[in-house]
Amino acid sequence: MLILECPYCGVEAEETELHAGGQAHIKRETVGSDDDAFEHYLFSRANPRGVHLERWRHANGCGKWFHAARSTTTLEVFGTYSAQTFEPPKAIVDAITAKHPNWSFDQWKDLS
Amino acid sequence: MKRYSAFAIAREAFRFHSGWERAWRSPAPKKKYKVIVIGAGGHGLATAYYLGKNHGITDVAVIEKGWLGGGNTGRNTTIIRSNYLQDPSAAIYEKARSLYETMSQDLNYNVMFSPRGVLMLAQTHHEVRGYQRTAYANALQGVKTEFIDAQTVKEICPIMNIDGPRYPVLGGLFQARGGTARHDAVAWGYARACSDMGMDIIQQCEVTGVTREGGEVKGVTTTKGDIACEKLSIVVAGNSSHVAEMAGFRLPIESVALQALVSEPIKPCMDIVVMANTVHGYLSQSDKGEMVIGGGTDGYNNYTQRGSFQHVEETVRALIETFPMLSRLKMLRQWGGIVDVTGDRSPILSKTPLGNCFINAGWGTGGFKAIPGSGWAMAELVATGHSPLTAEFGLDRFKEGRFIDESVAAGVAH
Repeated sequence: MLILECPYCGVEAEETELHAGGQAHIKRETVGSDDDAFEHYLFSRANPRGVHLERWRHANGCGKWFHAARSTTTLEVFGTYSAQTFEPPKAIVDAITAKHPNWSFDQWKDLS
Repeated sequence: MKRYSAFAIAREAFRFHSGWERAWRSPAPKKKYKVIVIGAGGHGLATAYYLGKNHGITDVAVIEKGWLGGGNTGRNTTIIRSNYLQDPSAAIYEKARSLYETMSQDLNYNVMFSPRGVLMLAQTHHEVRGYQRTAYANALQGVKTEFIDAQTVKEICPIMNIDGPRYPVLGGLFQARGGTARHDAVAWGYARACSDMGMDIIQQCEVTGVTREGGEVKGVTTTKGDIACEKLSIVVAGNSSHVAEMAGFRLPIESVALQALVSEPIKPCMDIVVMANTVHGYLSQSDKGEMVIGGGTDGYNNYTQRGSFQHVEETVRALIETFPMLSRLKMLRQWGGIVDVTGDRSPILSKTPLGNCFINAGWGTGGFKAIPGSGWAMAELVATGHSPLTAEFGLDRFKEGRFIDESVAAGVAH
């Protein structure tokens, strides 16, 4: 069973305590954006084989949204971090690049 | 190709079964093909088969990373039905169901299609209204279904407890000509027929890149060398986003694990397929006697072909209320497959931003029942550039807001 640490309350929560919220760091579109931008924001997803940055909610706990870095091919968790950010903190990036040397957040942004 | 028949069995019985030939060839890839299909699952092989049968295109290679039918084709719960609410879905799924009826004769391969009837239980008043609406829609679409009351449900399926305390059975949507088929045989039958038409099925050959030139596809790079093609059809289910990225476009798809399990074999006790969407489980009995149980998808992206443990418990716990006898059964096996789920839970059969490259993806949790219809339509799209069955399933529907909203119609198990 997937176990993630909630960065807010520090609880090591099992996946039954959590709600998955899909891809993280999506740029929201608003008034004035064109159709392509809206399609991209609403529907296009990175869906990578490998490192995935995603949103989770500690639904049966503190109720807060946070971010997790996880591998979709090994289910390894690289770490969780606050959702109040535009990019993963250095500790998370280091944990990812230790296993995936070619990974970078810029590459992720190209994908997403 | 030697035909399979009762006479062939008798003939081989007299010579120690030494005369059976291989069902399909395993050739080395040629340098160039007219059409390359990536993915030798049911949908990919069906696409190749109808390209040859309906459109006379036999210069085709079907490239498979693993082994033939080893992905979701060999992992699903083999349910075949076409009781969909929306017209575009009903059209393609009913085409598929009707092709299943004659598939064994058509392919000269016994796919064990068993039109035993599919019953979708209504266990809330919302579901009763939803399925009554679907039954009316099906009548207009020419799909034979009917809404039946709880007593009739009990008569059709006596092992069911219709008076459950939490979700009593209030009725059901019954499609008598739905049922099951042998999933491996569907892939094997198509492969044998494709090979017989001179197509190359190349297994254990992973596509590592898509060669592009001037906005058009020129071929693929694989672990068995470069192969050129005029047209490319991507039919890779859970890996659709991965291959689409090689081809330079992105999809409104996320890949998640869906799992199923079977019980120990028992004597025949249920001769229909039952789907219970409110409690989220579906159940049938295989020819071996195992109760085949389908569960739910996980909420997060996953490529590992393993599901979460708690879904097994949730699925079985929910089904036990309606099928109390299940509580005494031991479960034998559990497995997972990676399904490609789109934004509106309906498939994508479409041209792509890359010229002469087509994609068939997004069948999500319900692809097996669609295999022949999907292959029929996809072959037409690849061969002629247009197919009436795929017209509503284009990639552009997401930009235009033209969704085919079946997840509302069919609940979750769709």
